[in-house]
Amino acid sequence: MSESQVKPPLPYSARDVVLPGDASCHGCPIPIALKVLSAVFGEKMILVIPACCTSVIVGTYPGQSLKASIIHVPFASAAAVASGVAQALKMRGISDVQVVAWAGDGGTADIGMATVSGAAERNEDIFYIMYDNEAYMNTGIQRSSSTPRGAWTTTTPILGKGENKKDVAKVLIAHNVPYVATASIGYPHDLYSKLQRAKNIHGFKYIQIHAPCPTGWRFDPKYTVKIAKLAVETGFWILYEYYNGKLIISGPSRPLLDSSKRKPIEEYLKLQGRFRTITPEIINSINEYIESNWSWIKKLM
Amino acid sequence: MVKIKEPENNVKLPLSRPIIGVAGKTGLWRTMRPIVNNEKCTSCFQCEIYCPVNVIRVEPKLGVTIDYDYCKGCGICEDVCPRSAIIMIPEIGE
Amino acid sequence: MSKKIALTGNYAIAYAVKLAKPDVIAAYPITPQSPIVEKLAEMIESGELKASMIRVESEHSALAACFGAAVAGARVFTATSSQGLLYMHEVVHWASRARIPMVMAVVSRTINTPWNIWPDHSDFVDQRDTGWIMAYAMDNQEAFDLTLQAFKISEDPSVYLPVMVGIEGFILSHTAMPVEIPDEKLVDDWLGERTQPYVIDGLEPKGLGPLTLPEDTEDIFYGIQLAMENSKRVIKSVDSEYGKLFGREYGGLISCYYCNNAKYIAIALGSWTGDLIEAVNTLREEGYPIGVIRVRFYRPFPREDLWEVLRGAKGVFVFDRAISFGAWGPLFTDLVAGLIQYTNKLPIIVNIVAGIAGVHVSAEDFHNMLLSLINRVESGLEHGYFDWVRIRR
Repeated sequence: MSESQVKPPLPYSARDVVLPGDASCHGCPIPIALKVLSAVFGEKMILVIPACCTSVIVGTYPGQSLKASIIHVPFASAAAVASGVAQALKMRGISDVQVVAWAGDGGTADIGMATVSGAAERNEDIFYIMYDNEAYMNTGIQRSSSTPRGAWTTTTPILGKGENKKDVAKVLIAHNVPYVATASIGYPHDLYSKLQRAKNIHGFKYIQIHAPCPTGWRFDPKYTVKIAKLAVETGFWILYEYYNGKLIISGPSRPLLDSSKRKPIEEYLKLQGRFRTITPEIINSINEYIESNWSWIKKLM
Repeated sequence: MVKIKEPENNVKLPLSRPIIGVAGKTGLWRTMRPIVNNEKCTSCFQCEIYCPVNVIRVEPKLGVTIDYDYCKGCGICEDVCPRSAIIMIPEIGE
Repeated sequence: MSKKIALTGNYAIAYAVKLAKPDVIAAYPITPQSPIVEKLAEMIESGELKASMIRVESEHSALAACFGAAVAGARVFTATSSQGLLYMHEVVHWASRARIPMVMAVVSRTINTPWNIWPDHSDFVDQRDTGWIMAYAMDNQEAFDLTLQAFKISEDPSVYLPVMVGIEGFILSHTAMPVEIPDEKLVDDWLGERTQPYVIDGLEPKGLGPLTLPEDTEDIFYGIQLAMENSKRVIKSVDSEYGKLFGREYGGLISCYYCNNAKYIAIALGSWTGDLIEAVNTLREEGYPIGVIRVRFYRPFPREDLWEVLRGAKGVFVFDRAISFGAWGPLFTDLVAGLIQYTNKLPIIVNIVAGIAGVHVSAEDFHNMLLSLINRVESGLEHGYFDWVRIRR
């Protein structure tokens, strides 16, 4: 073992908050993201969690797997409860605690959309983090508006989803909030720097973390990180930040502005059982979807 | 500005506190066991960073250690290790 | 110094909230509630009230934001009506099950469709099973007093439940009456700082509302039932200490009018009880031994107090301004269920549902109905019944 590189890419504080023995499935991406969050905020964060996988992952009464504060809230209410918590802390003069609405794609892109939009428009001083596992995983892999086209889910069981993924980050950019970013559990350090930058910004901060789900996407749990990286390397999931009216492409995605640098989408799709019956036509349409996302990104740069 | 007072009659409140192993000894879920070859390890921390159960520690002196009481055996550490210093073998029990 | 000013029911509530010094108010507009939060917004913007106002995008979010703020240690308030109350219903349950003190005004309005903004009690009674303490005022002064008392009751360590205060839309909400506003210093000393069973403010790691197994969950809910029982004592003591300090005492969970030695008792909730009392006044003058009980607290249901008054009555006439379709009025249901825990020989209990969808019921209407009810009992009516009386002019 070499002792030359002993400095970890994330601070050691990433060790302290996510406690071993939670209730997540094998290879779950969610605790990976929570570890990065804890590397930034430590114990001084209040996670406001609506119905989603994390409601279960953190465990049963009277315990919890996080050495941080948690408020479990109704499905459509995370951004509103977080707004209330933030206002109460402000009135009480508590300024060193970060309020984070921590929700899945169902709680954000679907049932929570109006609430997210409201809190964003009011520019509440909170983080809103959507971990995007692209379906209602906690209730049993039903289609959400964030499910990509062609994906099998239990409510698109034979034909696969017919529509493209809703782009919630784009929706938040349209709200003109001070900070919007996309991230991936495949790139913890990228997420870490985004959280570090955003925590000094007052107002509504939205981060969407792409989070491949072994259970719902039908892949071997060991490949959670590999698939997260492939989503980026194929250009399907683009990492960027948007603030001060400018979009900045993040390191891992930057070379992919040149489409010839992107891996073929098939490499991403073929590892996932949810795309097992996908047709060449749908693959073409996914490629068109990727291309249109990139051309939109280029316009905002 | 706000006073905290326990409710009378010692009633139960729906509150939780941090504990290790909230879902039990999750090591029992394991069907595959990660084995570390510290000779090959370069302390790149990839296994520690990505471990979803937060049971892997990379220490300069000790090398890689895994808390098998809680390791669920997902295999991410094997997949992300650039030097194949971790391999998964079938779990045969204690 | 206390002062007396003319206030609508909505403004009376707003002034009471101001005296309670909330930290956070979150609300969404709906007729006929809106003037409450408009007034509070004005107080905040003018600097009269040091609170944070969250102008949310829905009622669901209004109560959700209040819930979050309350959990994080803030005294909070919101107000709503009808559809808004139904829209936030999920969070209404959530708040009481978290045992978090808070206060909400409900300005009653008929549930739609069709569009109708006139008042009945259908929105209020629809919250029956939520675990909130539910109070209902008869006039603007009482709306003021109950709102202020609601904070005290809600934050009592033997209660720790949210409290809703109901008034009828327009009849009270938009009608001005003289309201006495007590001295600020006296209220401060009496109400004190916010008290709650726990706080989640990030200073110590803990969680609220985790996945919980059936037995533990049942224990948590059983605590709500105990708290409801405790609250009866607290409601009465708050009422009587408020009376001593500010000069108005209402009788606790119920208010009685002419109930001593009354052979007949009429029961109702809310401001239409005013017309009912007027009718009873006339009947008394005409020689009929009849009294009125006004239910001030619908939850906890005041079965003990009602039994004390009703045990000697021959006929009991329950007026409900809400209907459980396919059954009858909700007050009637609860009254009968409450009384049979004391006796197997109930008085004759008749349920009249009227005033639905805001149909006006005058003192004269009450007089006619009561007279006919008394006559039926006197001429040998053997058991109670239910009737939906649709008054038409």
